[in-house]
Amino acid sequence: MQHDDVIWSVLNGQFCSYKQQKAKTQIFCSNEYNLTGLCDRRSCPLSNSQYATVREEKGILYLYMKVVERSHYPKKQWEKVKLHENYIRALKQINEHLIYWPRFVRHKCKQRLTKLTQYIIRTRRLMLKKTGKQELVPIKKKAERRERRHEEKAFVAANIDRAIENELLERLKKGTYGDTYTFPVNAISMDEEDEEAETDEEEEEEEEGEQESEEEMEYVEDFNESDAEDIEDMGDDDDEEIIKALPLTKKRSLELEYEPAVEIPVRGAERAGIVYCYATRDSADDEWHVDKLEFKATNQPYSYLFYDRALRRLSSPETTTK
Amino acid sequence: MVRRNKDSASNDDNERPMRRKPFRKSTNEEESPAQVPTGDLQIRNKMVRQLLYAKLKRSKSKAKLKERKERQQSDEPKQEPQTIEKKRKRDETWVDENDQETLDDISNDELNNYFTRQPDAPEPKLLLTSQEGFPSSFTNKFLKEVARILPNTTYFQRRHHPIKRIIKKMNKLGYTDLVVVNEDHGKPSTLFISHLPEGPTMKFRLTSARLSKQLRSNRGKPCAKLTIRPEIILNNFNTRIGIRVGRLLAALFPHDPQYKARHLITFHNQRDFIFFRHHMYLFKNEKKVALQELGPRFTLKLRSIQRGTFDALYGEYEWTQKPKHKMDPERTKFVL
Repeated sequence: MQHDDVIWSVLNGQFCSYKQQKAKTQIFCSNEYNLTGLCDRRSCPLSNSQYATVREEKGILYLYMKVVERSHYPKKQWEKVKLHENYIRALKQINEHLIYWPRFVRHKCKQRLTKLTQYIIRTRRLMLKKTGKQELVPIKKKAERRERRHEEKAFVAANIDRAIENELLERLKKGTYGDTYTFPVNAISMDEEDEEAETDEEEEEEEEGEQESEEEMEYVEDFNESDAEDIEDMGDDDDEEIIKALPLTKKRSLELEYEPAVEIPVRGAERAGIVYCYATRDSADDEWHVDKLEFKATNQPYSYLFYDRALRRLSSPETTTK
Repeated sequence: MVRRNKDSASNDDNERPMRRKPFRKSTNEEESPAQVPTGDLQIRNKMVRQLLYAKLKRSKSKAKLKERKERQQSDEPKQEPQTIEKKRKRDETWVDENDQETLDDISNDELNNYFTRQPDAPEPKLLLTSQEGFPSSFTNKFLKEVARILPNTTYFQRRHHPIKRIIKKMNKLGYTDLVVVNEDHGKPSTLFISHLPEGPTMKFRLTSARLSKQLRSNRGKPCAKLTIRPEIILNNFNTRIGIRVGRLLAALFPHDPQYKARHLITFHNQRDFIFFRHHMYLFKNEKKVALQELGPRFTLKLRSIQRGTFDALYGEYEWTQKPKHKMDPERTKFVL
């Protein structure tokens, strides 16, 4: 029934559906029982009556041996032997089963066994790794766009700054802060125009000036320097903070001479000293106007004039002897 | 060149809808008071057509203005603007302050230890990492800033350590929270907060992350390390899920804020978006507060709540965001 040479001459000379001309020099075979994957006389599974191969099915290796007597039942044509998981024992199994077979088949089966075992090991390792790997999720562009738009709208509706301010004021009213804050009833207000006229150059001075006018010296230093360590210092030892705001005497209400009206001790990260605040007002009912602000460091003889209402703004720092 | 609609004869030309196309004008000018024709006539001369159309528009806007002025002068009660917040109704998800049972239920969660200030409850101690691998430069900067802002936080370079192993190690070292930021296209996109040792784990969508250098109010200053205990504001967390989220966020920060330092951290919820802000404040007087934003800032949106610590494969989800087709079509319903 089986005439190997006839089959091969047909397949080789005419047509074989397993033939794959991928490279110009070599023809490959796509038959799944092929031992080497090449299309030649020795490794053709169709035109060899004595033929064996190793195949993998769901991670298990089998040795397939062709039984020519059953070639009229293509389904029963191959005898299947399960190979042991252990590589060496599987090799032995092949040796036993293919003991009188051509050396070429035996050798190629062993080579194929080696290749498949390695490939199974590699797959298992990859599978293990895969579980810990990140999952790819598609970005839904339309949904993203919609959410971005909603977020913008929510941001506008939130008015976060106002919400925070309200919450803080409510806390202040409720007394969360205890007696940390005391607001004098008669705070000196500065000319608002003067504040606005000041430029970025003297931002620091401006800030200092603003706050001193409102007699909130407790907080000045850490507002200017947001160095966190300083702040912690401030928070921890509040005993060192001494605020001495001398009350303004009402006698001097109409005088225009400058005398130290308010002395405010200041303590920052680098310097410490006293800020002298000179103020005048036209009548007893009028609001106070700050005329001069001077800073005198504790261990320096000079005082530093940083705000003068008459001059509006001092462009260069000038020192005056006291 | 006159073309009329079938019913144009019966209609008054002034009552034509405003949406008429410009070239559909009528020539019977004597009828309309403003000498502006309306109707179905097509004038082929372009210049005349344009002129007429301009006239029509002007007269209409004048009429509108007049109407508006009258409305302003009349004593009719003004209509309140309808916002989504005002339309939102208190539904069954809102937590009633009088319902003691629900309140007890809420307060008896995994974070109970922290809020009741048990003596054995540890100080919040956080570990912040990125997704597996190496974060992009922006994400790296952002993570470092967040690590500076959250008190008692360590920034851990994740490399390829699996999260579950990190959690095991953290439990031994006494950490209370794990914060993981995932990135996408070089920008941080997802935030996981996992409370240890019992959970819950929440997943947020993270957007519009800004460094403190990028904030104009901060004048380009980099963010300094926060060594004090900041004050916290949690706004608008009203529903049951909202309170749960709020509790988790609050538990990231230690008790007893140092009010003297005037640092403030805000989680403001608006329409399910949680805005994170970091401010310094100053009371100008009893009615005025000055705020300065220090940054960083970002926006969160809740994606899922999972029981227990982080477990992507076998985790049990309390709540997840529904896909669009299953969402409530009503826009005035919110989760938080």
